[in-house]
Amino acid sequence: MSAALAEDVVPAFRPGAKFRFDAVRKAWVVLAPERLFVPDEPAVAVLQLVDGRRSLGAIVDDLAARFNAPRPVIAEDVAAMLTDLAAKGAIRL
Amino acid sequence: MNAIEPTPRRAAEPPLGLILELTHRCPLQCPYCSNPLELARASAELDTASWCAVMEQGAALGALQVHFTGGEPMARKDLPALVRRAAELGLYSNLITSGVLLDPGSIAGLIAAGIDHIQLSFQDIDGAAGDDVAGLSGAHARKLQAAELIKSSGLPLTLNFVIQRRNAERVPRMLALAEELGAGRVEIAHVQYYGWGLRNRAALLPSREQLDFTTEVVEAARARLKGRMVIDYVVPDYYARRPKACMGGWARREMVITPTGKAMPCHAADSLPGFAFASVTEVSLAEIWHADPAFLRFRGTAWMPEPCQSCDRREIDWGGCRCQAFAMTGDPERTDPACALSPDHALMQAVAFERPEIAPAYVYRRIGAAEAAEAPVEAAD
Repeated sequence: MSAALAEDVVPAFRPGAKFRFDAVRKAWVVLAPERLFVPDEPAVAVLQLVDGRRSLGAIVDDLAARFNAPRPVIAEDVAAMLTDLAAKGAIRL
Repeated sequence: MNAIEPTPRRAAEPPLGLILELTHRCPLQCPYCSNPLELARASAELDTASWCAVMEQGAALGALQVHFTGGEPMARKDLPALVRRAAELGLYSNLITSGVLLDPGSIAGLIAAGIDHIQLSFQDIDGAAGDDVAGLSGAHARKLQAAELIKSSGLPLTLNFVIQRRNAERVPRMLALAEELGAGRVEIAHVQYYGWGLRNRAALLPSREQLDFTTEVVEAARARLKGRMVIDYVVPDYYARRPKACMGGWARREMVITPTGKAMPCHAADSLPGFAFASVTEVSLAEIWHADPAFLRFRGTAWMPEPCQSCDRREIDWGGCRCQAFAMTGDPERTDPACALSPDHALMQAVAFERPEIAPAYVYRRIGAAEAAEAPVEAAD
């Protein structure tokens, strides 16, 4: 379910959630209370921009400038991914 | 068996978590404790340096999380030192506590050491009933104080409510408390029937109607609180049609270390016959994880009997729970009888069917208590 998200929403990691690189797996991981996610490459690119200051719109702008895809497509993907991580308790929207 | 070509053994994925049972000491005496009936004494516990070595080896092996549990892990004076070492190693630290030893001083020490998350257990939402389960007067009030302390510290808080026949009706109030406290996560966890829980099964097992009620309440709350509070829900196996992926699969994700340093794939593995678990004081965690016969025994799917072996859910539930298979059938290699496809499923149904109308008294978790009381009703043959 990807409920429409306003572009001025500012996503942040929830208290207790950590996003870090694991040297053993050579992969980025999201650690949260009793939860652990190994985000795929596009998700890592999004999460690296989640800092509690950038808005969703700013994150999408940044990605649209770097990746060769139409902005609305990127916006939809990013919103869906963040909504999913919010439901799992890692992100606050 | 082919004696010429040994079975190629793929290297296992690294463990995700270390579950450190720092001690079996606990001010509470809950009759569903996951600890074994035979409790370790304080003098036999690993020392600080040994626990630190476990975390160092675990982090090098690829573990990402460390869960400090017990017993009551706060009964260990060196807990802040252990939390600090976990933080230095980049391990995500989770304290699983009853909260009765938490005060402003101890929480400040844990925060200074770098604790990431605290999970606080409740026996009930009704104070008198909760204290009765804990076998400790005033425990519930202390837990409420602990919840406030954790909340005001800014640490993420998970509340864990243990559900059984005497409190299932009160799940709505439990969820309301979690919401009121702003908990990011709540566990509505029915008792799991191993260890002391199995010993007290007749006193704890809810009815089918009670289970259905708690399921409905949780589903409604999940829909209402989506994105604000995560609700984890754990059901008892006795009304299930499919088994749980116990521990996410045997020796697949987690490593449990007992207070005396035995490394096991799950909390209850000590109940299985024919196992000799290695000690972390003698063997490295890497060697245990990759080569210990106890860890290899039920890892993956090759060990599975039918109907598991050809089941398309075999990498979803990983054959369920070995300890339950043993407790119910006497054979740890059989299909988990929680599965409706198991030839032994009727054993589970019979327990639910024969559940006594009136709950017997609890056998409290105390050293020596399990042997003192009469043996529980046990499915056999």
